[in-house]
Amino acid sequence: MRYGTTASACAALIRRDLVLTWRRRGDALNPAMFAMIVVVMFPLALGPEPNQLARIAAGILLVAILLAGMLALDNLFRSDHEDGTLEQLVLSPHPLSLLLASRIIVHWLTTALPLIVVAPLLAEMLHLPRSVLPVLLVALALATPLLSLLGAVCVALTVGMRRSGMLLALLVLPLYVPVLIFAAGACNAAQAGLPFLAPLLWLGAALALALVLAPMACAAALRISIT
Amino acid sequence: MVHVEGETPVPLLHARGLSYARNDESIFGPLDFMLHRGEVVLIEGDNGSGKTTLLKVLSGLLEPATGNILLDGEELTLARLSHQVALMGHLPGLKSDLSAIENLDFTIGVFGLRPGITPALALASVGLEGYEDVAIRQLSAGQKKRVALARLLLVPAALWLLDEPYANLDKEGIDLVNRLLDAHARRGGAALITSHGAYAFTTGAPRRLPLRSAA
Repeated sequence: MRYGTTASACAALIRRDLVLTWRRRGDALNPAMFAMIVVVMFPLALGPEPNQLARIAAGILLVAILLAGMLALDNLFRSDHEDGTLEQLVLSPHPLSLLLASRIIVHWLTTALPLIVVAPLLAEMLHLPRSVLPVLLVALALATPLLSLLGAVCVALTVGMRRSGMLLALLVLPLYVPVLIFAAGACNAAQAGLPFLAPLLWLGAALALALVLAPMACAAALRISIT
Repeated sequence: MVHVEGETPVPLLHARGLSYARNDESIFGPLDFMLHRGEVVLIEGDNGSGKTTLLKVLSGLLEPATGNILLDGEELTLARLSHQVALMGHLPGLKSDLSAIENLDFTIGVFGLRPGITPALALASVGLEGYEDVAIRQLSAGQKKRVALARLLLVPAALWLLDEPYANLDKEGIDLVNRLLDAHARRGGAALITSHGAYAFTTGAPRRLPLRSAA
């Protein structure tokens, strides 16, 4: 009799999610396209003045990527909830938080990583100074997993509801504000030639904390919302 | 299984004073019953009498309001779920973009594998030979049900909790469920099933567990 181990369960879940994303690879590019369109709207509204755009580029990019990530959140557990897979996962005798952590990691890889990849292109479109780009990328690398983890807890709370899109946004956005402040703070400091390490370290510390706590909160929230 | 003479065997499932309430409204119970290895029990009740809820409570998905569940003599709680329990709910729990085999491989990764069976063999024994690589979305409701049954054959659980296993199945499919249940009982497993209609089991009438609405 061979029982599934927690490691094999997480591996099976990661493999399944990667295959599913690959089967629907067109959908995986949607957040990046959305961010791109939002970014393109700013020069149209504000005028193509390079200096003005450069001053607000980092902020626009961060908000666009944050909103794109938020729109992608809804898919995190919804399809698994609708087809009954979530029930099976909750019933499996493995720690639910570890299974959900695997799910969140793949979700980050497939939705946030494409955003980070297009970020240099978007930065160029907004005349962000080249010297700020590395700081922006580090800030994104730390902030996007944090956004995925915080968002996952809110998705877990709302997964049992129908048409929870707006409610999810109202729950998630206040939690995203501190992340945005630190990420934008680092970019703005770098742009002004000031030390930018401290806000990045804060993001790192918050990420370390969220990596441990968010999956557990997510598991507890999911148990509540599917019963 | 060998039992010492005169000693009663520990039941696979033992519910003691089990009841469930949602927002202080009683759904079923209190219930006391035992399920021994080799038994198949039909849960009978009208719509809304709490059959599905009972299965969810027994699987550990819902917390009972009162009472407890003993599985092989050990308490089953949300914090201590068991590899011995498999639930087949209303929803098949299959990813429609994946093929039948890919879905079954995922199940094996999470729940483990019974010795002497492979996903291909399990699919063949539910009559889906040749459908291994067909995406679930292209299957009919009855065929999806069969894939969900194939999953039960693969996992090492001794206790099957089947919610409406006959729904969406043709006559041949109903026979299939009965044959699978018989084989499972003969292997030392046990099953609790819910059903609206009365179905003839291949080997005599099953034990029945009537469930009445608490209201």
